[in-house]
Amino acid sequence: MAGENHILALAIRLFALLLGYAAPAGLCFGQPCEIRVAAASDLSFIMPELASQFERQSGCALRVSYGSSGNFLSQLRNGAPFDVFFSADLEYPKRLEAAGLTEGRVCEYAVGRLALWAPANASVNPASEHWNALLDPAVAKIALANPDHAPYGRAAIAALKKAGVYERVRTKLVFGENISQAAQFVQSGNAQLGVLALSLTRAPAMRQGKSWEIPPEFYPLIRQGAAILKGARNAGSARRFLEFLQSAGVREILRRFGFSPPPAD
Amino acid sequence: MESLWLSVKLAAWVAGILLVFGIPLAYWLAFSRWRWKFFVEAAVAVPLVLPPTVLGFYMLVAMGPQGPLGSAWSKLFGRGLAFTFQGLIIASVLYSLPFAVQPLVVAFEGVDRKLLAASAVLGAGEWSTFRRVILPLSLRGVATSAILSFAHTLGEFGVVLMVGGNLAGITRTVSIEIYDRVQSLDYTQANRLALLLLALSFAVLSFVYGMNRRVRRRVWIPWASR
Repeated sequence: MAGENHILALAIRLFALLLGYAAPAGLCFGQPCEIRVAAASDLSFIMPELASQFERQSGCALRVSYGSSGNFLSQLRNGAPFDVFFSADLEYPKRLEAAGLTEGRVCEYAVGRLALWAPANASVNPASEHWNALLDPAVAKIALANPDHAPYGRAAIAALKKAGVYERVRTKLVFGENISQAAQFVQSGNAQLGVLALSLTRAPAMRQGKSWEIPPEFYPLIRQGAAILKGARNAGSARRFLEFLQSAGVREILRRFGFSPPPAD
Repeated sequence: MESLWLSVKLAAWVAGILLVFGIPLAYWLAFSRWRWKFFVEAAVAVPLVLPPTVLGFYMLVAMGPQGPLGSAWSKLFGRGLAFTFQGLIIASVLYSLPFAVQPLVVAFEGVDRKLLAASAVLGAGEWSTFRRVILPLSLRGVATSAILSFAHTLGEFGVVLMVGGNLAGITRTVSIEIYDRVQSLDYTQANRLALLLLALSFAVLSFVYGMNRRVRRRVWIPWASR
């Protein structure tokens, strides 16, 4: 009988744990300051670096969720619990601002850059062939993000058109739902080349590949904006984080991770 | 509209292929006495548990030039499998496998064993027992199997998203197009397509359940005689 009770107690405790009643006695519990961040997936490599720097400076921790900017927009409109929204473009946060869902104005935090990328073992080499790599007969499929809703996809199409190769490669294009998925298409070898975010090609899994940064004059600026959301639990700290992003030290981090600092205007 | 037709075409192919391969597999699962059979049963059910995007990601890797599927396919047909309609069919067959096989196994197992014994006593072999006894008695299971795999494929999203590459007329199914529209904030078009998909699915399912009802009414049930 005693043994049975013991098992029952254990089962109850396990159940409580599954429901999240047991205190997660980790670092984040009881943290005096926590900012809940919704970030575009092209930020998934730079954000941890920025978060750790900011945490050291301010003692304020960031809890970041990554996803597509468009999804976040729909979720934020329907009351998703975030304090700050980092979009991969300027349009989405501006829409939130227009709908009166932001605290203050939208601010620009970075400019995205494009790269042509192939795996290390590929026969084409964008680093030396540049645009000609796209026309190589060994290239059957070229991956990019969906230009209908992904800012990097839009920029990629613009660049292909400006370089005068769009019509010749149009039938080879395949579209990822976002820029990371486009990268997976190339990494898995199903596409031979990708027009990707430079920030992704700096990721540990892709650093060995062959990449060429597409010169910025080939596409319109990929301006990325952020906004503090109405009802933010911690608007003051969120504001401080946005200010921190404008600081000189951060500009160097942005460059290192494949972004440019926002244009001064 | 093109995308809706593509989804219907994909679902029909998948349902057809799953019937052809699902029936022998389900027959084996229902009647085999192999002691490690439960491993096969578990393997068939695994796509139920795996998130579709996870399954899709590994399908994408398997379809790559280094992957087993991709290299075999390109040896046979001289081209890749990802971003093609054939690739979608193969991925969807795997994804809908449990939905096709489970109802068949249940139906085959439900056939009265005495009838099988009687059939054997009358001199029928395994094949003719299957064709003349088991299959006619399992028709509802077969219909359920086909319709579940059809419906499940019709609404499929994650797997197609991962292996499709969003090509109009080839791999852009209706669920992908609805997602795209929502992403581009074109809610009107998204709603229209979603409504069409809903109406079509409802019509198909009503038809099937209606047919099932007619089959059932032939049996007299004392406590439901109205």
